[in-house]
Formats: sequence, C-alpha cells, structure tokens
Amino acid sequence: MAKAKLMDYDKALELFEPVLGFEVHVELSTKTKMFSSAPNYFGGEPNTNITPTCLGLPGSLPVVNGQAVRYSISLGLALGCQIAPSSRFARKNYFYPDLAKNYQISQFDEPIAFGGSVDVELPDGRTFTVPIERAHMEEDAGKLTHVGGSTGRIQGAEYSLVDYNRAGVPLVEIVTDIIYGAEKDAPELAKAYVATIRDIVVALGISDAKMERGNLRCDANISLRPRTAPGEPPAKLGTRTETKNVNSLRSVERAIRYEIQRQAQILADGGTITQETRHWHEDTGTTSAGRPKSDADDYRYFPEPDLLPVVPSPELIEELRAALPEPPAARRRRLKQEWGFTDLEFQDVQNAGLLVEVSETVAAGASPQAARKWWSGEISRIANSRSAEASSLVSPADVAALVGLIDSGALNDRLARQVLEGVIDGEGTPQEVVDARGLAVVSDDGPLIAAIDEALAAQPDVLAKIKDGKVQAAGAVIGAVMKAMKGQADAARVRELVLERAAAE
Amino acid sequence: MSEITQEQVAHLANLARIALTPDEIESLTKELGSIVDNVAKVSEVATADVPATSHPIPLQNVYRDDVPGNTLTTEQALAGAPDHDGSRFRVTAILGEEQ
Repeated sequence: MAKAKLMDYDKALELFEPVLGFEVHVELSTKTKMFSSAPNYFGGEPNTNITPTCLGLPGSLPVVNGQAVRYSISLGLALGCQIAPSSRFARKNYFYPDLAKNYQISQFDEPIAFGGSVDVELPDGRTFTVPIERAHMEEDAGKLTHVGGSTGRIQGAEYSLVDYNRAGVPLVEIVTDIIYGAEKDAPELAKAYVATIRDIVVALGISDAKMERGNLRCDANISLRPRTAPGEPPAKLGTRTETKNVNSLRSVERAIRYEIQRQAQILADGGTITQETRHWHEDTGTTSAGRPKSDADDYRYFPEPDLLPVVPSPELIEELRAALPEPPAARRRRLKQEWGFTDLEFQDVQNAGLLVEVSETVAAGASPQAARKWWSGEISRIANSRSAEASSLVSPADVAALVGLIDSGALNDRLARQVLEGVIDGEGTPQEVVDARGLAVVSDDGPLIAAIDEALAAQPDVLAKIKDGKVQAAGAVIGAVMKAMKGQADAARVRELVLERAAAE
Repeated sequence: MSEITQEQVAHLANLARIALTPDEIESLTKELGSIVDNVAKVSEVATADVPATSHPIPLQNVYRDDVPGNTLTTEQALAGAPDHDGSRFRVTAILGEEQ
C-alpha cells in the first residue's frame, strides 16, 4: 500500500479548520446481557455465555435488562442530557456474521438521552465544552477471527470464526454534535474527551472502561474546511472520514493528527476526500481505507416489534440524578489541590486508575504522599507481577495502617514491603503480620551495638577510614549489621552508632 | 400509484442478500407499490389525536432483573450451525467489515 502523503501539521492548520465528531461506545458492566440473561462476560472459552436470544434462534425473544436502563439513564444525566420521557428500540439491519440475527437492536429515532454537554480539560488547563447530541442503548456484536491470508486481516482471509460471547453485551453509544473551534488542539481535545468519558463511567461505576479490552471504544469523525477571509461566511463543511479501531487514549490523539495531515494534503493537491470508514493501525500510526460509509437508509431501521417502549418515571430519573457522583473535572481539581500533588504525580495516580484507592487511604489517615507512594509503587508492582488489579490485592485501610507503622518507627520501608506481602497473601492486618512474623524494627540499641561490634571485628580497618574522612566506609558495616539483624534494624540509627564509635576512637 | 422504482427494489434485494431475476424485480416493484399505496390509505384516516405506535398493546417498561440464567452448552450452541471449528462458528470469508 502506498504511503499517504502528509502535510505539515502547522501548515494544515493554516489552510484548514478541523471539524470533529466522536462516537464513543461504552460497554456496561451489568451482570447479564442487554436482552438476555446470559452472563455479561467474554474473553473466556468461546460460545459459552450465550442463550438462544444471543443467537437469534427461532422462538427466542429479547427482554430488556432493567439495570442497563438505569445505568444508561445515569450516564445520560452525567452527560448533562435530557432523558426522553419515552424512548424505544429499533432494528438496524445489516448482513454480517458478528450478529446472528442479521440485525442489531439499537435505538434510532428515540434515544434514551439527548442534548447534553461535557466539559473537557485541555492540557493547557483550558476548559472546552463538547456538545453531546445523544446517548442511546444498543447491543454489542460477537467477535470475528479471520483465518488464512497473510496478514490475519480481512483481506485475503479464507474463512472466519465467530465467538458470540460478546454478542448482546449492553452498550451505550455517545454521539457528539459537530465540534467546531478545537483548532490546533483537535488531537488533544479528542484524547481529553475520551479520557473524560472514561472518568465519568468509572465514577458512575457502570463500566470497566478498559480501552485495551474494548470496554470503551472511540470512532473519530473528522473533516476539514478551507479558511475564509475575515467577514466572509465560513466555507461549507468538508467530507468526513470515520476512523475506527482506536483503542487507546494515545491512539485517539495520533489518529486525529494523522487524518488532519492526510486530508489537508489531498485537498491541497486538488483531490477530494472519500466519505468512508478508515482503520487505525497502531503499529504504523496510519489509517487505511475501509468500506464506503453506508447511508442510514441502507440499515432500514424500524421499531423493534419484540420490545416495548422505555418510559422512565420522573421519580426514577430524580432518584438517579440525586445519586450522581461529583463531576470528574471538579473531583480531579479538588483532590489535586487537597493532596498537593504535582501534575505528574497526579497523572500517574489517575492514569493507573488509583484515584479511589489513594483517596480512601488518605481518608483512613495516611498522608497523601505516602498513600501515592505505596499504591503507585510496591502495590502496583506486585499487581503487575500477578496480573491482578492493585485494588483487589489490599484494602485502603490496611495500606493506611502500614503507613502508620512506618510513621511510628515500628517498620522501615524494607520490612513494610514484607508486611505488605503478608497482608496480600491473607495473613491478616499489617499489625497481625508484624506480630506473627516478628518483623518489628529493633529499636533497642543493645542488640545493635553487639552486631556492630561483630561487624567491626570482621572489618577492623573501617573505623580508621571513617576517621580519615571516608565516611562512606561505614556502608560496609551498616550492610553487615542489617544482614545480621535480618533487616529488622533502623539503618539510620546503625549509621549514627557507627559514626559515634569512630568519633570516640 | 407509489414511487417505488425497479432500482430501489434491486438495491433492497442487494442489501437483503436476495438474488432476484429481472422478472421478479418487475413484479415485486408493482406489488411493493400497491402495498405502499394501501398503507398510505391508513395515513389518510390517521388523525392528530391518535399518536403513532410501534406496538399494539399498551404496555411499557417491561424489564428483566439483572440476574444470570441458564446458558447453552457450546455443543448446543453449535448444533444448528452449518460449520464450526472447535468451539467457534465457521463462516465463509467475508468481504467488507464490521459495522
């Protein structure tokens, strides 16, 4: 495939105004699927979490998951949307084996939520308001694996294998209005928007929101229009492309930048943009042409005859509105200020998804810096090595207790790491692990002095070196003492004692 | 007479993956046209005080609790499939892409 010519980014921005639009799909973390009682779980053995409804078998009927409706209303409210007094499902007809029914149940003319907006924070601190057109409920499709051909992609495949475990998983699709005015920040805005949607659904507790697992997926629409002289009316909107398969925050940013540069070059060369879907390739950082975009008419939407209207009561809507969490942007600002973290420290915690953990550890009495250090450091390291979620290993209360033991001098960092492992392995609270393993720091000087005497006897020249000003020679003695004490000594105290001894010689 | 054209019928047949002969397209164009005309008669008698409905029974908010139920075994799931490979359905190579 010929490599697309790209215009310099700044040059592209000089000539054209980027116009954006996003469709973000959020998989809801309900226990069951949207229209059947099959477990909402995929990634395991293929075709195990399916019912006749998931396969569209004759005689099967969909029934709406009430919890999915509640989650969707909560999300709509968090997006500042109005909740439709009455909404209904529709069939989107297309022939592709990712759904066995030959249609997807979605919403078309009556989405559950519409007309909202989301405040997004750009890296320079500016707030950009992204207009939300609608959020509607639908079902996810099954997973296809293309076999044969050289690339593992669709082109050249000999056949495809289908796993329907994901078919019917509840989705909310969030559609923005046309977004003007992002200008040179368009790539950063795209990333910040998707990150904000992720924060919102995490705060609501309605999705696992892991982009790498496809819980949250972004299709990015972009078009360019030529700039006009001041005072003249703006040019007509350009033809847009829709880039799919963008499954990380970083990719969202890169894909937008790439499309701006690609489209600008084509337009500047006198070419035209084809209205099509484009596939993002993470490895090469490029997009390639997919299918021409179908007209909505070609999906032959019609009201889903097997399902009844969704008419949420005003009481339910108000109940869900009252339960909404603090908006993510406000929460981030508040916590960052309260904790006194640097931008980098805060981003680390946030990107690791540990805001809740750090927050609760601080609430349990630990200092913000200590809470950050343990969650972002040792606990995350153990979580990585065990392929587990940090939050599943240890409770914020235990981390706070551990920090308390360090602050009181009962543990040093090295012992604290051993205690943490004991807690993670189910040996009890930090204090219980300390007691059971006898791990407390030896603070009585007696045993320390005995160990120092022993170490000095083995390395008789150390004291002379220290007296000659080579203080670093003390390190060998401290190391020997720590080893003899099995790490249960306060290294700073040992150093003090060694230096005192040298001074007294 | 309605405005259903042979081109529309051919396009719909293509979307629905139904192979139609030219004769079938011609007769279906006429039949679909008269169906549309008949439905249009309903529109004539529909009045503003009768809201459009997509369901004949006045029911709403019929929900299921979010509780997992029985699932098919993989063998049951694959039983009606023309072809499978291990625990997955096998389908012919697909031109085009996921929607």
